[in-house]
Amino acid sequence: MHAVITVIGKDAVGILAKVSAICAEKNANVIEVTQNVMHDMFAMIMLVDISTLSVDFSELSRLLTALGDQLGLSIHVMHEDIFDSMHRI
Amino acid sequence: MINARDILETIQMIQDEHLDIRTITMGISLLDCIDSDINAACRKVYEKITRCARRLVSTGEQIEATYGIPIINKRISVTPIAMLCAAAKGDPVRFAETLEKAAQTCGVNFIGGYSALVQKGFSAGDEALIRSIPEALAVTDHVCSSVNVGSTKAGINMDAVALMGQIVKKTAERTADRDCIGSAKLVVFCNAPEDNPFMAGAFHGVGEADCSINVGVSGPGVVRAAIAKAPRDASLSEIADIIKKTAFKITRMGQLVGTKAGEMLGVPFGIVDLSLAPTPAIGDSVAHILEEIGLECCGTHGTTAALAMLNDAVKKGGVMASSRVGGLSGAFIPVSEDAGMIDAAVSGSLSLEKLEAMTAVCSVGLDMIAVPGDITPETISAIIADEAAIGMVNSKTTAVRLIPAIGKQVGDMLNFGGLLGEGPVMPINTRSCETMIHRGGQIPAPLQSLKN
Repeated sequence: MHAVITVIGKDAVGILAKVSAICAEKNANVIEVTQNVMHDMFAMIMLVDISTLSVDFSELSRLLTALGDQLGLSIHVMHEDIFDSMHRI
Repeated sequence: MINARDILETIQMIQDEHLDIRTITMGISLLDCIDSDINAACRKVYEKITRCARRLVSTGEQIEATYGIPIINKRISVTPIAMLCAAAKGDPVRFAETLEKAAQTCGVNFIGGYSALVQKGFSAGDEALIRSIPEALAVTDHVCSSVNVGSTKAGINMDAVALMGQIVKKTAERTADRDCIGSAKLVVFCNAPEDNPFMAGAFHGVGEADCSINVGVSGPGVVRAAIAKAPRDASLSEIADIIKKTAFKITRMGQLVGTKAGEMLGVPFGIVDLSLAPTPAIGDSVAHILEEIGLECCGTHGTTAALAMLNDAVKKGGVMASSRVGGLSGAFIPVSEDAGMIDAAVSGSLSLEKLEAMTAVCSVGLDMIAVPGDITPETISAIIADEAAIGMVNSKTTAVRLIPAIGKQVGDMLNFGGLLGEGPVMPINTRSCETMIHRGGQIPAPLQSLKN
């Protein structure tokens, strides 16, 4: 079971570290990361394994959204299935 | 890994373009609750609904959290209550009160099925139920009612049409102090689908499974945004293609949610209703799609053609995305629930006659239209008859949900709030149609009903 974490917003020091710290704390294994900085805008997409998550998926989502609010970034956590079903036949 | 562009596109659809699951509707059969004692029947109805749907709302919320997709409504549809009234003698409103109580216990937004199917005639229970509709919708908040008065196979029951004119008017009068909201919960159908998840017309047909999950998707904003990205000189074939691709993605999401909800609730997944259902929110309007295609204002010449193309492309895109398609499936054009339709009606660009033409090429009918409060029951019946005739001849579903705005005149506004929105009172043709409506009888089924 995988989830996709997206982070979009103004670039700053330590975004990747803070997001991955929450993932590590809740036992979500980071599998893949793509990251771009264009004109000061930071965009990161992270694929994480959530099969051994130590909390509910909704709790992880809540924590990351709260981090996003705190840093002024837009952070979304969504189950991989949704992207698979919408974009793959 | 999934393509980054696809991921960002999905997030943009949900964040900025109002993509959502409009409703998860659990259909529940009440055939095993029929009892000659109305007290026993009501007890069984309450027990069955609360047993089947007790986890519906929490499951919906869990899916919302996991997939990050908003699910706006959780609803229940039940077997047409007229069938229970046929056995249980007594006041049908007792069933409406029971449905209301069950809806409140389960925490759902609406419960549909205070219905009767009378396209070919009234059977025991039908007329009593229909006559009780004004009272039932006045004393409940969550109960929705529908009556099927015609079909391609049976023709149009004009006695029922005449009766429904009176019922629609009385329902508005009974709730005149609440902007006539009762009539917003009452639909008169021709060719009613038995697996429709959308209110107010949802009921659980007798051919359906004991319990099933039907899903209605939304997404006018997503379609409009996709068309807006196309160049201004893109041909209509290209626009149709864009709509198809977008409808495919929207429907896949509905299919996923329906399948997951069915699995989690231990209930078979019924259908995805491929509909573009607008809301009064800015950017979630079907009228704005038509305008994006290239009309200055919805209702002008060309509207019917644009809507026909939109409706067809939505179905073509959606049908491949889902294993089971049903319900109403097409574009909805409710006036009060669509910001663009409201503006078009207020500005005078959109008339009742144009809306009637539009209903010939899209999925529903004259929906959520406020008419002057002094409209006669006969005129309401005649509007229902016209709409039913379009449905009967074209082998499609049509419906009428008119709101006689008691005490108000053309140009005044009715405000229902929430998803039901607000709408201007629209002018009608006031010439009499009484003699025709008073004739009663049956409009015979058209030749196209003889397909065997």
